[in-house]
Amino acid sequence: MGEVKTIVGGSSGESFFTTKFESLLAWARKYSLFQYPFATACCGMEFFAVASPRYDIARFGAEAPRFSPRQSDVLWVVGTISQRQGPALKRIYEQMAEPKWVVSFGTCASCGGFYDNYTTIPGVDKIIPVDVYIPGCPPRPEAVLDGLMLLMEKIQKGNREPVTVLPKVVPELAQLRGKRALPIAGGGSKEGA
Amino acid sequence: MSAKVLKKLQSVLGDAILETSSFRGDEEVRVALKDWVRVAQVLRDDPELAMNHWVDLTAVDWPEREMEGQPRFDVLFSVRSYEKKHRIRVKALVKDGEDVPTLTTVWAGANWAEREVFDMFGIRFAGHRDLRRILMYDEFVGYPLRKDYPIDRVQPLVEYRDADDTLKLPPFGIEEGQPFARVDWEERLAGRDEQVSPSIAVQTGQRRALSDSEIAEAQFAKKPEESAAE
Ligand code: SF4
Repeated sequence: MGEVKTIVGGSSGESFFTTKFESLLAWARKYSLFQYPFATACCGMEFFAVASPRYDIARFGAEAPRFSPRQSDVLWVVGTISQRQGPALKRIYEQMAEPKWVVSFGTCASCGGFYDNYTTIPGVDKIIPVDVYIPGCPPRPEAVLDGLMLLMEKIQKGNREPVTVLPKVVPELAQLRGKRALPIAGGGSKEGA
Repeated sequence: MSAKVLKKLQSVLGDAILETSSFRGDEEVRVALKDWVRVAQVLRDDPELAMNHWVDLTAVDWPEREMEGQPRFDVLFSVRSYEKKHRIRVKALVKDGEDVPTLTTVWAGANWAEREVFDMFGIRFAGHRDLRRILMYDEFVGYPLRKDYPIDRVQPLVEYRDADDTLKLPPFGIEEGQPFARVDWEERLAGRDEQVSPSIAVQTGQRRALSDSEIAEAQFAKKPEESAAE
């Protein structure tokens, strides 16, 4: 939460804290993200993995799927979106109640991926605004959790600018490849899930 | 393997078979379009052939052949026999605009395959009961698997948004979503075209984030002191 002041005292020793209403609201929102999974392709498999006990998205309070856009807060666009699906996706986005966020899961949803042709929308941001991009084909569950944490950070800050899960620097891997890892400045995703 | 299918077909149908080829167990016959359904019926009903497994029907576009005055398309189907364990591919040359008789009367499974060939190549099947597009939408103009369909033509059903919501700018421009084919590699290798998306540039410090007043102007803005409060 934003500014929290804990005050202990009073005649009977009870404690309380003060904060701003907006911060409290954002804090509540970020820990109860009901999701609408719009899973269309292979990325869907990895999405199920994220929800499985091993990665346990419930830790973040984001495990409840709602298959009604009216009841959901985050639209997860998971997989390749064809031109033919565009109207359905846009309509679902429009049916969601504010405040709403969109996560673009995987390369296909983020930019069309290798489907550079007549069938595929080159990134869902061409039709709806996106908050978090998670690259990868498919992204690993760790990257997805990174994306979710980025989204929670955004919600807390009230920041609407899109963010992208950045690649992680794994020194051991760079060593194996015989190269120095490229430094990534200021990335929000360096601390793992 | 399936070479005996060729022999049998030649003995039963004789002059209907225009050409045969056999390559490592991959047998093919070419027939004229007028014998298309007759050949299919023989393949299904002859007890020695007994082709009861409809595999697929597809087409190939050869635009250069049309310039030489020959039919532009190959239309081919594959069938197989579960009991005899043999298979065959049947091919016919089809001119642009020429109708192919439907095979749905012989194998019901031909229904969707013919719709797909119609959808992708614009080849019509005479006698098909429900010849509609199957994969593309009705608004789609043209036939995408014809070689003269422009490789970069898209026909969106939803108009692409052009960053009306300034705080959620798409990282790529309208023309940049699919970077693989459209990157100017010479520019990029020379370092003139970095193609860093705005959101990544902000995160990595290569571009400044929007200032408070810019944020306040935008539609979904929070008040400046609130975004600074964190
Ligand atoms: S990004 Fe890769 S894994 Fe995900 S939907 Fe596209 S092709 Fe499938």
